[in-house]
Amino acid sequence: MTALALTFRRAPASLIAGAAVLLVVLVCAVAPGLIAPYDPLAFDYGALLQPPSAAHPFGTDQFGRDILSRTIAAATIDLQIAIFATVGPLVIGTIIGLLVGYYGGIADAIFGRLVDLVVTFPFLVLVIAIVAVLGPGLSNMYIAIGVVGWVFYARLMRGEVQVLRGQDYVSAAKVLGYGEARILLRHILPNAARPILVYWMTDMALAILLGSSLGYLGLGAQPPAAEWGVLIADGKNFFSQAWWITVFPGFAIVFCGIGFSLFGDGLADLMDVRR
Amino acid sequence: MSGTILKSGPVADAPIMTVDGLVKTFPLGRSLADVLGGRPVRAVQALSGVSLTVRKGETLGVVGESGCGKSTLARCLVRLHEPDAGAVRFEGADVLGLQGYARRAYNRSVQMVFQDPYGSLNPRLSVGDALAEALTVHRIVEGGAVRERVGELLDLVHLPRDAADRYPHEFSGGQRQRVGIARALAVEPSVIIADEPVSALDVSVQAQVVNLFLELQERLGLTLIFITHDLRLVRHISHRIAVMYLGKVVETGDTEAVFTAPRHPYTRALIAAVPQVDPHQRSAREAVRGELPSPIAPPPGCPFHPRCPIAEPQCRTVVPALVPRGGPWPVACHLAGPADAPEFIA
Repeated sequence: MTALALTFRRAPASLIAGAAVLLVVLVCAVAPGLIAPYDPLAFDYGALLQPPSAAHPFGTDQFGRDILSRTIAAATIDLQIAIFATVGPLVIGTIIGLLVGYYGGIADAIFGRLVDLVVTFPFLVLVIAIVAVLGPGLSNMYIAIGVVGWVFYARLMRGEVQVLRGQDYVSAAKVLGYGEARILLRHILPNAARPILVYWMTDMALAILLGSSLGYLGLGAQPPAAEWGVLIADGKNFFSQAWWITVFPGFAIVFCGIGFSLFGDGLADLMDVRR
Repeated sequence: MSGTILKSGPVADAPIMTVDGLVKTFPLGRSLADVLGGRPVRAVQALSGVSLTVRKGETLGVVGESGCGKSTLARCLVRLHEPDAGAVRFEGADVLGLQGYARRAYNRSVQMVFQDPYGSLNPRLSVGDALAEALTVHRIVEGGAVRERVGELLDLVHLPRDAADRYPHEFSGGQRQRVGIARALAVEPSVIIADEPVSALDVSVQAQVVNLFLELQERLGLTLIFITHDLRLVRHISHRIAVMYLGKVVETGDTEAVFTAPRHPYTRALIAAVPQVDPHQRSAREAVRGELPSPIAPPPGCPFHPRCPIAEPQCRTVVPALVPRGGPWPVACHLAGPADAPEFIA
């Protein structure tokens, strides 16, 4: 309790702001039915392509579906994408980066070439290629992002570990006869975690953008499910008459992305031991 | 600061640690052209045959310029580096082949204090956690006794007991160095190797930390290997000294005797280079000519000959061995006679 209170008092403003934004997104994702004024999938042929009004604050689409309700409902899938598409790469990349950074040798050399190979391909093209092979859909999208994405985490982790393994406190731990697992997990990992956690936050925002891009291309979430990228794609044919179909889901992506960025910045400040 | 503490009197002759012909080279990177051209692997010759004896309960001062291999020697002794050749014996047993449990037991006996007090403590562990870790990993004390033992260790290095709850960044350099010493003492070693432990500290703090080492040596019967480039410090603290030059020990003997009548021209030059407070004692004589030669291509013969004021033709070709040469202690110089005129003494 006191530790939690202390953490809260030390918390930087950006962390609190980011947490507030993410809390809004989380509530939308967990219980869209409580907030959304309409059923996101219900057609209303009496209210097609309505501009924003008191009854429909974000307007309606070509089937009369309420855009506000669809934008809120989409948070469920998009938050899922943010988490599922990044946790796998985070865990795998951290472990591999920790090991190749600490032990070096042949595994490190192979890893270096693998990184070169992956970064020379545009990330989106690589992911699209993998989804095209596996077939469209959310779970295949997670697999595709995971297959490519862990490399970036591992590269970041490896760089940190290579610096830390030469630190005197790591040498001291060796001289004190500590086991390698203890050195890696207690003396290196906590000191290398900050950049990777901050990158994770940014990556969640990027994953939503990527998920939206794939949704737009028809390779991610499938209609009629509400997903921000799918919503934007839906609106593109009506953009000149009904801008609201596209613009409000776009704002939702920006809002969520800002939330992750602020939270990541705040987390970086909080994890600086010198505070 | 408490009054000046002097090193304790002469100690028993029994060697606790012997180093014999220790060699360590660090290979340099090779370009593709080097590999294809079949050029030999170039390497930094950090240690080229270091031999030493450390007696139980004494302080051995290891002195030399930057780059002479002092730190490499320290790291080889605690097995942070694996030497390429030579032997290290601790209480008669070879330590270089130790693995697993035996190696950890050796490391419990021979601990190290590092130069940089800012880099040698894990910033994410409180002082209490860092000390408790050393105690529990080796099962020195367990359960509720850990906290009490942490307090005793802090008392031992004159830090307040509430330091246990604080983190390294909350301490000054001198206080951090005390934490580093307490951590080394936690595993109850018999030998402490201190690698330039005070050279990163303010002069006023240096004296306190040096006196702490002397006090701990007396209270705990520690053997100290004190590595430094500060000759006045080494004279104050050590019973015996070993002078290193370019990866070799060139002279070793009782501190006062060596300082009074140094037999190697390099030792004479080092002692002459110590700054004097009294202007009448100052010497205009150039202490050592030139720079330390590159350890990638050490000179043939005596490694000191390019800078030596008295070098003779044989010094350029024949490597001098570290032997007594008719005198009371070993010296690696062809020209050292049994009774040297102490002409360079400052």
